[in-house]
Amino acid sequence: MNKIVALAGVVIKELYRRKDFYVLFVLTALLTVAAGMVNFFNDDKIIRIVKDVCLMLIWVSALIIAIVTTARQIPAEREARTLFPLLAKPVSRGQVLAGKFLGCWLATGVALVVFYFFFAIITGSREHIWPWAVYFQAMWLQWFMLAIVIAMVLLGSLYFAAPSSTSTISFILVVGMLGLGSHLNTLALQQPEPMQSLLAGIYFAMPHLEWFDLRDFVVYDQKLIAWPAFALATVYAVVWTGIFLLLAWFGFRRKNLST
Amino acid sequence: MDPETTNVIEVKCLTVRYPKPGLKQVFVTAVNQLALAVHHGEVFGFLGPNGAGKTTTMNVLLGFVPPTSGTASLFGIDVRQPIARQRIGYLPELTYYYKFLTAEELLRFYAKIFGLSRAETDQRIAKLIKLVGLEHASKRPIKSYSKGMQQRVGLAQALINNPDLLILDEPTSGLDPLGRMKVREIIQRLKDEGKTVFFSSHELGEVEAICDRVAIVHEGQLKAVGTVAEISAGHANLERAFLEVVGYQSTCQP
Repeated sequence: MNKIVALAGVVIKELYRRKDFYVLFVLTALLTVAAGMVNFFNDDKIIRIVKDVCLMLIWVSALIIAIVTTARQIPAEREARTLFPLLAKPVSRGQVLAGKFLGCWLATGVALVVFYFFFAIITGSREHIWPWAVYFQAMWLQWFMLAIVIAMVLLGSLYFAAPSSTSTISFILVVGMLGLGSHLNTLALQQPEPMQSLLAGIYFAMPHLEWFDLRDFVVYDQKLIAWPAFALATVYAVVWTGIFLLLAWFGFRRKNLST
Repeated sequence: MDPETTNVIEVKCLTVRYPKPGLKQVFVTAVNQLALAVHHGEVFGFLGPNGAGKTTTMNVLLGFVPPTSGTASLFGIDVRQPIARQRIGYLPELTYYYKFLTAEELLRFYAKIFGLSRAETDQRIAKLIKLVGLEHASKRPIKSYSKGMQQRVGLAQALINNPDLLILDEPTSGLDPLGRMKVREIIQRLKDEGKTVFFSSHELGEVEAICDRVAIVHEGQLKAVGTVAEISAGHANLERAFLEVVGYQSTCQP
């Protein structure tokens, strides 16, 4: 476990020493603050739109951080050839993957905590309520959804040569899953065979990232979701993350790595 | 198992085939039935022209490439087991390390991979930074280092676990005369400490000066193995012997 933690530490160090992370963070923070300051026509309900916009920014920023950071890990190690001195040490390829995953996931988690804290301060200062438990549930499930995304991107990064192509394809896939995931079964029923079976098959086979989206709860309801459902969603994320990491390990352990 | 009597490196009937780029069904044989044994405490030179199979053999020893057939072991442990690399240090030909880390952070990271304690890590880092002469730059990011300084970081990382076997791939390539001398001194020092050094090089003069034994590979096959004196016997020097073994014929007319 120490080796995995050491590898994760390098990923986190890389993230906070790169300028792009700060650019993204400052941009999100500025837009959040700006949105928080807006008060069109003194309408109290405008705060809901502000919250919606802020949460959307948090989702997009977190996805960018998770996907871009993960997509470059293994390809950059191969391109910069830092992978070879590393694998010449007593570390298995599985540990390298686990370390990369943990580093990216923890780094994204830290970014989420900062974003949500910022969001709570901005919205709380307007509404004078701080529903911390709702924020916790929203952030936790988003973080676990990002675990699935990170594991999926790590798998993709073993097969696509360039980090940019991995990032682009992953981003399209994730946006597709988030946008179409809940509608795919309805869409399937309207199609003739064999399209109906195909879409239904995809619906049941894909990870449902949209189930982790609690933005509407935060913006409108501010009610907690049932804790058993919350726990079940966490387990669902762990299982999908495990599947993607396992597939990545199968691919990586057989790869020829010539210096 | 007695470490003094066990071969540090043992390669038996090693064959490595790669699929030809773009043609999955056509294979290139990079190493063909190679057999090699490196004994405890010797400095072993691994020679051959470009494309002879030296790097592929090293890649197998380091676990980067699996053998197509045959076996390779380090200290009696199959190279496919990560634990086989617990007692080795590796210096690649071209040094590339995490440029956003400082030399000290890089060494600390590798020390953690080897599972060294904090006190031992601190002690080794201080010793190695001094050995490679990077005291003034150890807290600066590696991206600000010159090529020679990066090579010295490479040497320090290869020694972080106080290895019993050091595998060096062209350790002096691209170094200035002072850097070469430093590497030679370190190899000599390791030899005096009873460590085993396995290195590939095109610098035959250097090999002649520091190696106990050498092996010459050509077209994936072992062509000669023995002490420098044995290989050079009947030739002016090791270079002449090497050229004959690999079948070099001068095309220049007198």
